[in-house]
Amino acid sequence: MRALPPATPRNLSRMEFFTSFSGDQSNFEKGRAWLKRKRFRIRIEDGSISAEKGYLRETGNLLFHLSLILILIGVSVGSLFGMRGEAIINKGERFISLPTSYDTLTFGKLVNESTLAPFIIEVDDFQAKYDAVTNAPQDYTATVRVTNPGEQTSQIKKLKVNSPLTFGNTRVYLQANGYSPIVTVRDTAGDVVFQGPVPFLPQDGNLRSIGAIKVPDARPQIGFVASFLPTFARDAKQGGISVFPEALDPKLLFSIWEGDLGLDSGMPQSVYRIDTSKMKRIALNSLKPGETYNFSAGSITFETFVPWINLQIVDDPGKKYALYGAIAAILGLLASLFGRRRRIWIRITSSGVVEVAGLAKNGAPGLEEEITALAAFMRDEK
Amino acid sequence: MQTTWAYVSNYFVYSAMAVFALSFFAHAFETAWAVRAPELADNTSGNVLTKTLDYTRTERAARIATAMMILGFLLLLCGVIARGISAKHVPWGNMYEFSITGALAFTGAYLFALRKNDLRWLGLFVSISVLLTLGTAITLLYRNSAPLVPALKSTWLVIHVIAAIISGGVFLLANVIAASYLYLESMEKKGGRKPWAKRLPDLETLDQLSYRLVAFVFPLWTFAVIAGAIWAESAWGRYWGWDPKETWAFITWVAYAAYLHARVTIGWRGRRAAWLCLFAGSTFLFNYVYVNVWGTGKHTYSGL
Repeated sequence: MRALPPATPRNLSRMEFFTSFSGDQSNFEKGRAWLKRKRFRIRIEDGSISAEKGYLRETGNLLFHLSLILILIGVSVGSLFGMRGEAIINKGERFISLPTSYDTLTFGKLVNESTLAPFIIEVDDFQAKYDAVTNAPQDYTATVRVTNPGEQTSQIKKLKVNSPLTFGNTRVYLQANGYSPIVTVRDTAGDVVFQGPVPFLPQDGNLRSIGAIKVPDARPQIGFVASFLPTFARDAKQGGISVFPEALDPKLLFSIWEGDLGLDSGMPQSVYRIDTSKMKRIALNSLKPGETYNFSAGSITFETFVPWINLQIVDDPGKKYALYGAIAAILGLLASLFGRRRRIWIRITSSGVVEVAGLAKNGAPGLEEEITALAAFMRDEK
Repeated sequence: MQTTWAYVSNYFVYSAMAVFALSFFAHAFETAWAVRAPELADNTSGNVLTKTLDYTRTERAARIATAMMILGFLLLLCGVIARGISAKHVPWGNMYEFSITGALAFTGAYLFALRKNDLRWLGLFVSISVLLTLGTAITLLYRNSAPLVPALKSTWLVIHVIAAIISGGVFLLANVIAASYLYLESMEKKGGRKPWAKRLPDLETLDQLSYRLVAFVFPLWTFAVIAGAIWAESAWGRYWGWDPKETWAFITWVAYAAYLHARVTIGWRGRRAAWLCLFAGSTFLFNYVYVNVWGTGKHTYSGL
């Protein structure tokens, strides 16, 4: 990168570009001044100049390939020291960043649960706007109350799809949303055996959602295999469907199952589905908000519903290295693709002939004009 | 208001198609009528065929064709802008909008390259492929102008997509030139160029031109991929996730990097370089067509 250009070759007339004229030392000095002014790297020998410019090309090439290594370092730092988790939070609920609060949580190889930043997020509100014609979503905005780790006071912030919250290296993204029907299940004596919001999983663009309400405290156990339809309609083929993602005419469809929910087997179960292999279906019905349905083993009331949001919490300490690497890669690439590396030689022979020659590396354009300009300057033809 | 602008946009796109069609006919006329009548043919060199094409006769048609190409470009530009106004965002929300902008970028790349090189022989191909793209877009891919889905609402949409579209336009042009190189080369091997191909630049020029185009736009493509990664970091929580689109963008990047290395480091020229260039370009096309239409992943929005 800093080496001097190689010595002037013996036979300049064999070079790609060559011109000569009769002259003396003053022409030679002029040429030297010209090359110096154009910031060529110059090596002066006895009666000759060897000059080179455009080392940026090689420097850029080197920078580009080194920066690829930096990107790789960034990626590996991220996967060794990073963390990624997800959590579903109903509107009105609060999320404390503790290992047990996450629905899924994975750590990099060299970190563990002790590194979690213990921030608190409370979902005050969630608004989803949809296009009335295409049903396509237009905007999702969650209004959240955020308490930073170690602080007592909280701030209200807006969380949107393209603008995550940031806690140091940790960022919180709004990833998905859906509905949680709030139901109350009572036994035959009228005692509440289950109450609360149950997150349902959206199945299509109109937020037809499926879910499972499990009541392990009832004797025998009861389960509701349900779907929530924010804007109910009946389709000849599919039965109940949703025709708009906003809850304009919400309905809860469910079948009631009695028997063994299989929760005690120790096998992990989906929260959205029920294993009905050891159960018996006892009823089938649908409810609007506020309605109650009585069945043989008790009653279910569809109180109302709340939206839920899915937060993705990511800690990637390596991403800034990857970004620096990427920026350096582009700069290096530009330098190496557009840098013009070329050599120019001037020699004054004992017989009073000044020779000027040039060689362009990698077919860099424009050298011929440069040689002509240099020769003209040396001969005072400016 | 929204729909009015969408109609305006459609009219512009239709007019652009009409003008591109005129350009196509002018180019076709140029080539066809350049044939000299046999009695006028120059027999002096002994070979009748070699001199029976005279493009000076159809210079006027060629000029008209290029003028039509510029007019078509401007009309299409208006169409794309009007589409943007109708949707109140940059018009890159679905595949119809990508296609019309892509056709614009391709024409733009051609006209840009035309300033320094006489590429009018490519005009026939450029005009027909732009026509086909626009035709497919407006018949099969057309979607009503609609607001963006939340994931696309970002400044990065402008930066990332414009870089990708311009890169795509130039890559495709380089591909066309590499393909012409291969075709002409095999023709020359079989015993010389056919009369109509006489006017086309020599192989060396074609080889250099496709390399220059790729070298010129490769940093921009790199930037498009990186801008996409930065956007993905803020929208999806990770800067790289091997989503199909990302994977194929990376494959294209590696393929073009291999092409540049093959030329600069090992000194590949001509046939092998042209094949490599075609391969790299086809990964880009595959990414655009296949991943958009049949692929799954996070780059599929609003139908298409």
